[in-house]
Amino acid sequence: MSPARKTPKKATRKAAPKRRKRVRKAAPRDDGGKGNLKDVALCGIQEVAAEVLEVANKGALPEMTMPQRSLANVTYDRKTGYFELGDHFKTRTLDVNSVKTFAQTLRLMSLAKEMVSGDDFATKREAYYVSKNWGEARFGEQRESDTVLDDIEGMFSIRDVTRETLRFIPEEHGGSVVGPLTVIDRDPETGEEIRSVCESMGSGAYTVPSSVDHLGLESTADFVLAIETGGMFQRLNHHRWWRTFNCILVETGGVPTRATRRFVRRLSIDLKLPVYAFVDCDPYGICNIYRTLKVGSGAAAHVNRRFCVPNAKYLGVTPQDIIDFDLEDATHPLLPVDIKRAKDALKNDPFFKAQPKWKKAIRQMLKMGVRAEQQAFAKWGLNFVLEEYLPAKLKNPRGFLP
Amino acid sequence: MASAQKEISISEFFAKNRHLLGFDNPRKALLTTIKEGVDNSLDACEEGGILPDIGIEIHQLEEDRFRVIVDDNGPGIVQEQMSKIFGKLLYGSKFHSRRQSRGQQGIGISAAGLYGQMTTGKGVVITSKTIKGKAIRLGVQLDFTKNKPLVTGEEELGDWDRKHGTRFEVELEATYQRGLRSVDDYVKQTAVSNPHATLRYLPPNAEEARVYERASKEVPAQPAEIKPHPYGVELGELMKMLRDTNSRWLVGFLQEEFCRVGRKKALEIIELAKLGEKSYPTRIAREEADALYRAIQKTKISAPPTTCLSPIGEKRILEGLQKECDADFFTVSTRPPAVYRGNPFQIEVGIAWGRPGSDRLDVDQEGRITKTRKKRAKVDTEDLLGNADESVRVLRFANRVPLLFQQSGCCFTKAVSATSWRNYGLSQSKGSIPTGSAVILIHMASVWVPFTSEAKEAVASYPEIQKEVKLALQEAGRKLGAHIRREKKVASEFEKRSYIDQYLPHVGIGLQEILGLTAREREEAVDNLKETLETNRKIG
Repeated sequence: MSPARKTPKKATRKAAPKRRKRVRKAAPRDDGGKGNLKDVALCGIQEVAAEVLEVANKGALPEMTMPQRSLANVTYDRKTGYFELGDHFKTRTLDVNSVKTFAQTLRLMSLAKEMVSGDDFATKREAYYVSKNWGEARFGEQRESDTVLDDIEGMFSIRDVTRETLRFIPEEHGGSVVGPLTVIDRDPETGEEIRSVCESMGSGAYTVPSSVDHLGLESTADFVLAIETGGMFQRLNHHRWWRTFNCILVETGGVPTRATRRFVRRLSIDLKLPVYAFVDCDPYGICNIYRTLKVGSGAAAHVNRRFCVPNAKYLGVTPQDIIDFDLEDATHPLLPVDIKRAKDALKNDPFFKAQPKWKKAIRQMLKMGVRAEQQAFAKWGLNFVLEEYLPAKLKNPRGFLP
Repeated sequence: MASAQKEISISEFFAKNRHLLGFDNPRKALLTTIKEGVDNSLDACEEGGILPDIGIEIHQLEEDRFRVIVDDNGPGIVQEQMSKIFGKLLYGSKFHSRRQSRGQQGIGISAAGLYGQMTTGKGVVITSKTIKGKAIRLGVQLDFTKNKPLVTGEEELGDWDRKHGTRFEVELEATYQRGLRSVDDYVKQTAVSNPHATLRYLPPNAEEARVYERASKEVPAQPAEIKPHPYGVELGELMKMLRDTNSRWLVGFLQEEFCRVGRKKALEIIELAKLGEKSYPTRIAREEADALYRAIQKTKISAPPTTCLSPIGEKRILEGLQKECDADFFTVSTRPPAVYRGNPFQIEVGIAWGRPGSDRLDVDQEGRITKTRKKRAKVDTEDLLGNADESVRVLRFANRVPLLFQQSGCCFTKAVSATSWRNYGLSQSKGSIPTGSAVILIHMASVWVPFTSEAKEAVASYPEIQKEVKLALQEAGRKLGAHIRREKKVASEFEKRSYIDQYLPHVGIGLQEILGLTAREREEAVDNLKETLETNRKIG
């Protein structure tokens, strides 16, 4: 992009640096003392097992209780701003059908106990392989061990203990981050401070680690832009768009991972930065990616509290954008699965049901019968999106969808 | 041309059309010969109220030549009749009677002799002794053109080893094979349908005879003879009966010539036909006979008496199946007697079902399940019970005689295919015989079995018969289905319990690791859980 083609809007932005940038800082999250949580976790494991033993020796059938993890068991309140777990619980009683799962649950809890006390961790995949040493009780596929892990997490969410605290960490890392942000980490070996300046990552980016609570944050940015696709993120990064608009860019890569959501949440809550989402205009982008980022998901309802970004706003692409930016001929028809997802959201999703603006937008999309990708703006030139579309939208953040 | 016209004897006719009698190939000839001999022997024994002891021997003389001997302990044959029974076609006691028997026409055994004579040039040898008379041995040949026996030798035996009985010996060209539809198969099926008979069977080149011991010591009751039922008589036959009767009044004719017609019924029919009760039967014209015929069809007449039928009986069918099939489950069902064309008949069905090779699960009174490894077959090399992926064996019997050929053309087979076995736990592709390790036995007892040919290989598809067979199959099928469902339930329960044994120790390990239990504490917890789990499970 040649300087000659800079828009007047950008010129005004250029003037901004003259004003002294406000530096926002956040210390590592005081997680109530890591040691404390560790005790809570160990205590919890102990208690669950002790109760099973007691009931068994009394000649009764032991039970394990966990919240039901589904969209049907969440409530949404605009004030709290995220999906809260309802009061439906499922009880797993030890019987012939559940004896295998019951045994596996206890053995995974035993593994958790070992990891918490030994300060080690296991990915879900590793946990699956650990089970291979259990003979008959081994998991056949990782899907099975993931389900049991989710159940354990649900069970312990009642005690405010997350999967990460039980030392089962996700396989996938977080998204990429660039912009005027400094992340302060520590060397796990030496304990020395490491400062990652997200402005000096060259053509690369800072990668959100699987656990983010121990990070210190410093930023002079004005807002955070969460981007669905890696391609769009690279385009904006390549043209140093974050510098022009003084913002932090976060790539979610589809539905954001827990670490990414936690990281964006910290930017939003701890640094008090507005968060805008820029995703495809299709039911998946709206109902899955954006919804999960903002209020969490049904399946992870027990942890949404710690992972949601209630202040996030939806910048685009909106169904109205398709009309306003003349993208009709750059769209694709909605697939049956898209239509089902959209209708399902209107009918069953407590978040969209509580938001009249969203209901209107989704209905509009269904009526138009098309979806548009972020990349669709390339119709008007490769950099139309960063020169025209985003600046135009950013002029009116109040017009963003909630 | 006229001079070329010539009367043909029945013997000549059958000499040229031997396939009609079941002698179409050497393999079938051997079977048919034995079958006719055994049928006659069994009939004779039962008529005499004797528990049958039948001997069957096959001796191979050359590559394609065999000597067949069938002997019995029946009442024996008086000397005057001996040559005719075995040397004259269509000579018999059963054709005109409305009474259930194996033989019907009086063709079979003499046709066997005829076949032997045609292929080897030798006649048959008959030895017979009644309880009073002496044992006589006759050589008999058949005069093709005159349909008359030719006695070739006669001799008195002083020292026959039995008090009464008959022995039939014939040489013939034949082939012996094992497997389905073989003589072995026939003998075995005969043992199933005649559990009151002992069969000694000596196959060619065998060291010693296979003995199928009787499972029952009751001779089946001798079926009574009956008059025709009005429904079973066609117009032509009715007219013939009207002509031949000794009755002088129509009302008397109906009462005397038919069963199940009393005075009241007779008057009802006559009124409906608009005839006079005192009309002379011999003067009834064709139109009037037609009216009478129609009136009979419209009148409600109770089913013919069933004393003329001799079903095998549920107990006997069970005994027969249990004796010859290595199955886990047996069931029988009997239909009440029914009528086709005025001929009473009765259908019986038996099912044997098992899982060959698989283990057996038994539930005791406390609900514990024990597994027993199944012992492998005892009786015979030719097991009736197939594998689970094979078609079910359908054993067809008419008046206790196994029907081995023309399975697909048989009314019984059609009824089996038309029954939906999936409801009863067997797999079945549409419109075919079900699959599974099972034997379905179908028996029809009737005064006159409607065979599709003189070779008596398949039963004709009368709707009444097919319907009864189907109903009997359904009834037995329901019992089978209930058993299979229960068996599946027990099997799944057993599997579930083995689950407990498999995974409960891991619950123990988990608890031990988390709570730091001792090995004894762990064992105790596991034992407690096992106890609780098993007492919580009831088996219905």
